[in-house]
Amino acid sequence: MEYAGTPAHAQPLETSTGLDNRKLLMWLFLGSECLFFGSLISAYLLYRDRSVVGPYPRELYDIPFTSVSSFVLLMSSVSMVLALAAIQRGDLRRMRVWLLCTALLGTLFLSGQAYEFTTFYDKGLSLHSNLFGSTFFVLTGFHGAHVSIGVIILLSIWVRSLQGKVKQSDSLNVELIGLYWHFVDVVWIVIFTLVYLLTGR
Amino acid sequence: MAEAMKQARGAGEPYHGIWSWLSTVDHKKIGVLYGVAAFIFFLAGGVEALVVRLQLARPNQSLLNPDQYNAIFTMHGTTMIFLVVMPLGVAFMNLLIPLMIGARDVAFPRLNAFSFWVFLLGGIFLNVSFFTGGNIFKGQLGAPDTGWYGYAPLTESAYSPGTGVDFWMLGIQILGIASLAGGFNFIVTILNMRAPGMSLFRMPVFVWMSLVTSFLLIFAMPVIAVAMFELTFDRLFSANFFNANAGATPLLWQHMFWMFGHPEVYILILPAMGIVSEILPTFSRKPLFGYPFVVFSGIAIGFMSWGVWAHHMFTSGLGTAANSAFGISTIMISVPTGVKIFNWLATLWGGNLRMKTPLYFAIGFIAMFTIGGLTGVTHSAVPSDYQQNDTYYIVAHFHQVLFGGALFGIFGGIYYWFPKFTGKLLSDHLGKWNFWLMLIGFNLTFQPMMVLGLLGMPRRIQTYPSGLGWDFWNMLATVGAFTIAVSVLVFMYNVFISLRRGEAAGDDPWDARTLEWSIPSPPPEHNFDVIPVVHSVDDWWHKKYVEGPDGVPVPVPAGAAVATATHGDAGHAIHMPSPSYFPLIAACGLPVMAFGFIYSFALIPVGVIILAVGLFGWALEPASE
Repeated sequence: MEYAGTPAHAQPLETSTGLDNRKLLMWLFLGSECLFFGSLISAYLLYRDRSVVGPYPRELYDIPFTSVSSFVLLMSSVSMVLALAAIQRGDLRRMRVWLLCTALLGTLFLSGQAYEFTTFYDKGLSLHSNLFGSTFFVLTGFHGAHVSIGVIILLSIWVRSLQGKVKQSDSLNVELIGLYWHFVDVVWIVIFTLVYLLTGR
Repeated sequence: MAEAMKQARGAGEPYHGIWSWLSTVDHKKIGVLYGVAAFIFFLAGGVEALVVRLQLARPNQSLLNPDQYNAIFTMHGTTMIFLVVMPLGVAFMNLLIPLMIGARDVAFPRLNAFSFWVFLLGGIFLNVSFFTGGNIFKGQLGAPDTGWYGYAPLTESAYSPGTGVDFWMLGIQILGIASLAGGFNFIVTILNMRAPGMSLFRMPVFVWMSLVTSFLLIFAMPVIAVAMFELTFDRLFSANFFNANAGATPLLWQHMFWMFGHPEVYILILPAMGIVSEILPTFSRKPLFGYPFVVFSGIAIGFMSWGVWAHHMFTSGLGTAANSAFGISTIMISVPTGVKIFNWLATLWGGNLRMKTPLYFAIGFIAMFTIGGLTGVTHSAVPSDYQQNDTYYIVAHFHQVLFGGALFGIFGGIYYWFPKFTGKLLSDHLGKWNFWLMLIGFNLTFQPMMVLGLLGMPRRIQTYPSGLGWDFWNMLATVGAFTIAVSVLVFMYNVFISLRRGEAAGDDPWDARTLEWSIPSPPPEHNFDVIPVVHSVDDWWHKKYVEGPDGVPVPVPAGAAVATATHGDAGHAIHMPSPSYFPLIAACGLPVMAFGFIYSFALIPVGVIILAVGLFGWALEPASE
């Protein structure tokens, strides 16, 4: 789809705000996501302590275990920052290392969640068992889905980079997935605080 | 130079005929697609309304049995809101935003195409439900039958066992994706793609209203998405979100639905307000009175629309404190709306009015919307609302704002901008027939409903006994509904005949004020040969006229306007986004997934794969936007 010559408009047009279009899109998307998770968290809080049968949160939560997996997810934000710093200074090899590290930490977090879900399920908690089961699985499940999509995008960039198709000038792509990744982390901090630490009955 | 231009445009159009429409990423074509698709849904929703009116024309009729009646009025409401008024607003946003701000296209052309295809497929998916209830020829309708706001727990599997509600919840979920993608795209376009000099407070009011609408979309749609997901988990995976036996409260649904639902009301009306704010100054030959007040009122409406949702729930037992608070906030939101109405009237006041069809519709909008707004204020008084709730007074009120308001504005907009996008003027003579028939039919339909409501006729009843004083008013409303149908036929004939034999429009048939009128009709694919430089509100007007000694506009000598517009790099090949099939492919994945949820989970991975192929193809496509 090449066009003749090098027209004036071949370069990306300067935007009115100076902010790149894709970056603005990502911020708007994240703003929209706030309402998405806000609604899910509200439903959880509204129904806290309203389950008429068990199992109840206090019987199931393993706060030390979840603290460790939360720490793992938080550390993945650090490696995400390092990956962005690496591509911005043109160090593509380190970028790949840190991208892979981020994806692995994300996967580790997801494994922890899978372990937690199976343990809870074995103890009788399901979507159907009570209100706690419905709200807990749907809220943390949607968060896990967001982490999974993040991991897929991180690995996609990593593979593209191995093929030599990611250049220093593509740093915006890494910045965008970084924004998404940090947002998903922040949501987890809110969930960990409101859902796990303030356990309720 | 011309050769380069030709090649550049050739690169934009490697496909022809229907293929060029399936792969288009041009905002004007997408706008037309939105408009045509929404109009077809409008005809479907209109037929549903006529069937409802036939059933209610006289007491004790049995044209529809209660089940069919429930399905038909539910589909009428859902169609008119999600498949007609919303996408018609989006059609105008697509057509106009880039032209009004002096841009080549929207910020993300392929995302824009994706929005349209998702909308179209979602709308078709929703309507497929009609055929899933058994034998449609024996009158077994599979469509959802729980009302457009689908209150839980009525929508739960125990009370709505068929697949109708599944189609409804998944269909609205799909349509939500289209709205979200559109909302993101328009905000980025408006904030980032403005021509040099087009500061925010030089933007046409329509663009401002589109911006507010888009923000409402991106914040309201996730809320309804969560509500629909919760319903989905309840229906398909036996979760308990709305299961009272497990301790759940049905109010959760109502809160979430109206938390979306009230901003949604403004999503429907704000684009029409923007359209009217463009028509009135043009046909009054005056600037819009109080431009900043109109803009800030729109912004205020956007914010306040988040604080009034519980006025839909006054009778649900929220308690006195909540009812009072939401009653007061509801009275408050009528203030910015009133400010706009006075500004529109002041724009007309003392203007050199040219009584063309668009102005008729704009004035009709003001009158009908004001009645609708005032009946809305009567709901904000809680005790009064207790009486009106679930009566035909409510039905009359919201049709007064959504038909008398939004649709009158939209029809005005069609008459106003039709020449810009087709090069042909719609017949003014037929247009006035269209207007008067619609206005008379509209008032014949909905003013009797006000009376019926006050006489105590509940909404959503399939029939009623004679002798309650309702017979005459119901017959009148049915006559009105068919009068509206005639006016729509006149409109369709007008479009048909004007496309074939209409008067050529020229670039600027109305001597208008905004940038889209500075380019040829229909606009070239690249919109502007030269990106304009903007110096004021109503920039195109000021390029045509200067103010004379006594305040009367004096035309600028011919040629001068063009000279001031020159920006330097005219004649360069203009880079156009490449057409792409990937948005369409990605969009196809969604209804496949949705069918999978209803009929066989095996289809879900198929849908996911189609979506993933579309998205990866899209991401890796060499085309730049």
